[in-house]
Amino acid sequence: MSGLIVDDISMTFELPAGGSVEALKNVSLDIKEGELISVLGPSGCGKTTLLNILAGFLAPTGGEITLNEHPVKGPSSERGMVFQQGALFEWMNVSKNIGFGPQMRGTPQAEIDRRVTELLGIVGLQDFGQKMIYELSGGMQQRVALARCLANDPDVILMDEPLGALDALTREKMQSLVLDIWKKTGKTIILITHSVEEALLLGERLVVMAPRPGRIHKQYRLPFAEIGVGADLRVVKQHKDFGKTRDEILNMIWDMEEEIMGRTETA
Amino acid sequence: MLQELVDVLITTFWMVIGISLIFALFIAISGLVYFVWNFIGNKREQMRGYGSLKTVTFGDESAVTANRVASIAGVVTVFVIWGVATGSALLPFSLPKPFTGTTQFEYTAVNAAGEQGTAQVAVKVFKFGSEDTAAPEVLSEGASGIAINDTVALPERRRKIVRVQSNDEGGKEKGYKITQINGQPIEPGAAVPFPGGKVVMLASGSLQVRPEEGYTMEALYLPPPEQVWTRFLQLNAEGYQGVGLWENVMWSLIRVVLGFFLGCLFGIPLGFAMGLNSWLRGWFDPIVEFMRPVPPLALIPLVIIWFGIGEQGKVSLLFLAALWIMIIGARAGVSGVNISKVHAAYSLGASKRQLLMRVILPNSLPEIFTAARVAMGVCWGTVVAAELVAAEKGAGKMIIAASKFQLTDIVLIGIIIIGVIGFGIDVLMRMAESKLVPWKGRG
Repeated sequence: MSGLIVDDISMTFELPAGGSVEALKNVSLDIKEGELISVLGPSGCGKTTLLNILAGFLAPTGGEITLNEHPVKGPSSERGMVFQQGALFEWMNVSKNIGFGPQMRGTPQAEIDRRVTELLGIVGLQDFGQKMIYELSGGMQQRVALARCLANDPDVILMDEPLGALDALTREKMQSLVLDIWKKTGKTIILITHSVEEALLLGERLVVMAPRPGRIHKQYRLPFAEIGVGADLRVVKQHKDFGKTRDEILNMIWDMEEEIMGRTETA
Repeated sequence: MLQELVDVLITTFWMVIGISLIFALFIAISGLVYFVWNFIGNKREQMRGYGSLKTVTFGDESAVTANRVASIAGVVTVFVIWGVATGSALLPFSLPKPFTGTTQFEYTAVNAAGEQGTAQVAVKVFKFGSEDTAAPEVLSEGASGIAINDTVALPERRRKIVRVQSNDEGGKEKGYKITQINGQPIEPGAAVPFPGGKVVMLASGSLQVRPEEGYTMEALYLPPPEQVWTRFLQLNAEGYQGVGLWENVMWSLIRVVLGFFLGCLFGIPLGFAMGLNSWLRGWFDPIVEFMRPVPPLALIPLVIIWFGIGEQGKVSLLFLAALWIMIIGARAGVSGVNISKVHAAYSLGASKRQLLMRVILPNSLPEIFTAARVAMGVCWGTVVAAELVAAEKGAGKMIIAASKFQLTDIVLIGIIIIGVIGFGIDVLMRMAESKLVPWKGRG
């Protein structure tokens, strides 16, 4: 069967001082092709570890991941990743950054140029192809990161808090862009965030994770992503269920944080 | 041992006093020029730019820029102090210069027989290094009695005994005695002034001429600017000891470039290897960490023993000077790569080789450039030192050879050229840096 299957993943780090930390314990997810999934959780719940395992940068200590029936063993261009910031190549201009993936795989230059032009249009940077990375604002840089990832036409796009460092307004625009791209390309997108609103807006399916050990706490099926495509996200936030769900999840995470604090204090 | 330590500490104490005085003078001049400049009125200059609107400037490093007027005034001041201290002809004023020229004094003597006489001594004080060292003509008049006129020539700032008695009647007999100079009585140990200096009677009864020494520095210690300039023109035209001035400088530069090139050629790949591979890092780490703090100058004797004083030795020394710096720079460049960039490149399908060439190499360029600038500076300093020890050509060779003949002006020219070229190298490296790694500091 196609899609991304996370089968009973565990991740235990040995501490140099002795003892061990269970970053992830028995995490299983069945992600269908074209699904938009947001992963939310308090800090230390292992969500970034999970993403790094999905990308193939880390090998889990238990369990297995398969993408389209092939086991995931390491990084590969079929799983693209968008990082928070600082992952663009400053020594290349915008077009070269976007064309990096195809070029590495030996795509003919004409084809790369065509693809880059198309992607510049999709992310709204038509006139910025020749600019250097350091000449762009933070929001524009993340557009480039998105386009660079899309240029490879990956099966799955992994996003590690890609909008975390942006200001509120830019962030909202980028959220719309992510939804557009999801709808237009039909890619599987897994997005990690610690903004509850973002998780609600950008998740057909929302996975709430809990810490110590990192595990899946609860999953939601949400209508907001579908509603949000091409719509004003501020209107989506007025939806009758939006506020309710947001409060519920906020309380859930609040409780987890309280519990961590309490444990630290008594420890 | 303890006494030596105490001596050093006392010397240091006096150095603190001396340096404080020099700084105080320099800063006082700076303050004076500042007030004069502001008094002339350049207020409009302060009203320009966004920075002028800042109310907090003291403590805001970005609000502090080098005032170019101050820079120029500071350099001019250094030259003026130089001119004043050396009695430069370029300036209308200077510290009192030593007396030069012709003058005379009169002495009165009495011999054993009790006969008296008076005579004139013509004195010529010539400039140091002057060709005209002949004694002035003996004055034809002014002699009477047993005394006969004398003449003497001596260089500035020097003293000379004048045996006025040698030609006097009975001057070689016991009982002959000089009693007066210019009408004033004199006795052993006493001094009588005359225009341009003084005459001292030594314990033996002989006269010693002491022209005024002035307060300017002797050319041996610090020649005046115009002398250095003249020497520069001469060096430029004729060279020194058969080697052209620029030939000397070129040889130093060629050695630096070759040594630096070798250092980069081996240092950068080694640094990359150490940044990319645990085994190689472990293998080279102790060697690099041990060799890095060893000053290249300490290797000069060993290099001379191994390679002699030829070019091979010098280039090897500069290679060693640059090598460790380049290794550490390249290693830091690799370690400094943001792991997100590496992950991104792999996720985009890059191979290890592509990652190295397309990501790690360009990403480490800023660090490599910083290291290259340091290495160039160290190499330039090392080559001069190595040439001081042993070389046939080179800027360092020129100044050490000139110093043996006390040609201070050539030594100064060498130092200035070495400084200017060291500065020029750094400027070129910075220009190359901003051209080749424009993203530096803006990531």
